[in-house]
Amino acid sequence: MQLDNPTAAPEAKTPSLSHARPSDDVEHLAKLYRQMFLIRRVEEESARGYAEGKIGGFLHLYIGQEAVAVGAIASLKPGDSVITTYRDHGIALTKGMTARALLAELFGKATGCSKGLGGSMHMFDREHHMLGGYGIVGGHIPLAAGVAFASKYRNDGNVTLCFFGEGAVAIGGFHEGLGLAALWKLPIVFICENNEYSMGTPLSRSMSVEDVSVKAIGYGMDRDRFFVDDVLEVERRIGQAVRRAREESLPTLVEVRTYRFRGHSMSDPAKYRTQAELDEHKKRDSLFLARSSLLEQGFGEPRVEQLEQSVEAEVADAVKFANESPEPGLDLLEATTYSGPFAY
Amino acid sequence: MARTLRYREALREAMVEEMERDDRVFLMGEEVGHYQGAYKVSEGMLDKFGPRRVIDTPIAEAGFAGVGIGAAMVGLRPIIEFMTWNFSAVAFDQILNNASKLHQMSGGQFECPIVFRGPNASARQVGSQHSHAMEHFYAQVPGLKVIAPAFPADAKGMLKAAIRDNDPVLLMESETLYGVRGEVPDGEHVAPIGQAQISRPGTDVTIAAYSRMTHVALEAAATLEQENISAEVIDLRSLRPLDENTVVASVERTHRLVVVHEGWPYGGVGAEIADRVQRLAFDALDAPVLRVTSLDVPMPYSAKLELACMPQAERVVATVKRLLARGRG
Repeated sequence: MQLDNPTAAPEAKTPSLSHARPSDDVEHLAKLYRQMFLIRRVEEESARGYAEGKIGGFLHLYIGQEAVAVGAIASLKPGDSVITTYRDHGIALTKGMTARALLAELFGKATGCSKGLGGSMHMFDREHHMLGGYGIVGGHIPLAAGVAFASKYRNDGNVTLCFFGEGAVAIGGFHEGLGLAALWKLPIVFICENNEYSMGTPLSRSMSVEDVSVKAIGYGMDRDRFFVDDVLEVERRIGQAVRRAREESLPTLVEVRTYRFRGHSMSDPAKYRTQAELDEHKKRDSLFLARSSLLEQGFGEPRVEQLEQSVEAEVADAVKFANESPEPGLDLLEATTYSGPFAY
Repeated sequence: MARTLRYREALREAMVEEMERDDRVFLMGEEVGHYQGAYKVSEGMLDKFGPRRVIDTPIAEAGFAGVGIGAAMVGLRPIIEFMTWNFSAVAFDQILNNASKLHQMSGGQFECPIVFRGPNASARQVGSQHSHAMEHFYAQVPGLKVIAPAFPADAKGMLKAAIRDNDPVLLMESETLYGVRGEVPDGEHVAPIGQAQISRPGTDVTIAAYSRMTHVALEAAATLEQENISAEVIDLRSLRPLDENTVVASVERTHRLVVVHEGWPYGGVGAEIADRVQRLAFDALDAPVLRVTSLDVPMPYSAKLELACMPQAERVVATVKRLLARGRG
């Protein structure tokens, strides 16, 4: 579904999910579906782990938004970087973090991606250029501009994707980050995952202009805006911005309209929205749309089930691994506070 | 051999030498390029290195502090100049939540080799919003290093060490120090971070200070000498890490300690030193540790009131005499 498309090329028409595609496209969609399904299942296991007391603190689930991470990251090269907010599990997994490293981190174990020191909101994976989840709304947006600045400084041809929610659009870090990226023509794509609620406050009560993408105009930046339904559409639309970043070293602000099926965090019963609204959005669940599309294109139910079973096995293995892993030792504390000797 | 340089020239030499040595090092901040630096620290550097490496920014401290941190995460070595440390208050979140935390919250995967520098504390009648001693806020934060050299040689040597450090280092300069001259060694001069220095040996009392207050302490020591009081002046140079061994060893000889710094008395570097010395050298003390700080009020504009608020040599002298009177009585 297209909302407004001021910058996309004319051929950028929204495809229908039922469009016949060449078989390599089907295989590609199957790969993306697997990534989305993996996120969904890992997040469900995270919710379970939280209920069982194995995960502490805050837990912000990505359920409902999977197609944003999967579609966006599908348009990247391996050397490109991503950086995001505290709702970071889906993005970390898609960028290459293993379910083992992610669940072990959630369980506070030494085998987690950040050795159990980061937790749900701080998923980092240097090898896969996952530059972290950040807990201060908008605080990571200037960092993302800095990563893109480094790419331009070194002329390494890499692109940075910076994810954030629409709740970040009111804070200074968003404006300073976008302003500098536009001023210096940095190779970056700012992706606003607009899930309609900044915690419990709907768009209508938090923004004077509900179209986030128009913020780009004031910075002379290209923009795009669309609904998330089709993961391939996300890949294609973000891909246009990624190409602009890589080939022309220009930033883009992309607003992706999405919806989270769970509360803001596990402690949020989401009483600020109706069941009917949630049900309506669940009918457009991009995970199930992708599954239906696979079947329509003849991928075959047995192959879809086989793929889902492989995810189930991967997740079960990761949960077992996280359960059985040791907790971090006290010796890690000072050793990781400074890169050199502890400075007291 | 050594040359006489001004403090600002010493800082510039450090940056120029490190930028010549390492392409990953760049300077970013407000007015650092075309304007040649708000305090002329970076004068000539844009001509020498070009706009790729000497980068003027808009007035957006949170933005460009964050850009520096992001660039440092992926391997560059930024020098971020704050026109004054007062303005770092709007970038405090970047330094507190990102620069100081990245290494630990990534389980050691990412480093943040960045230098933040600029003038700190009072200048001359610049009023309450431009006179903050910000080192006290930052020295409290694990993950950061905070240094405050008093002399040109240390300004150069410690800035070079800071640029080579793999952790975030905050360098506190002073508008009132930029014109101060001092000898700077020729050739490669890197001064270690975390070592205090005895600027003047003495036997009756130890005065610990840093940055511009080291000069105030030396002035007080000269006055005290005329009254046959021998004060040892320790130039702390580094606030985090803090060289407690040098302070404790001095107190074990003099048995008395006065700490002098700008900034308010509630908490802060002086309180930290007082805590450490009473723990580590309780039996050596003949009197309580006293502090000479800025008065516990926002900095006023009036020249007379500003002088009254700032630590002056006379107040240091009076404090030392009070301490000695107690010890002898």
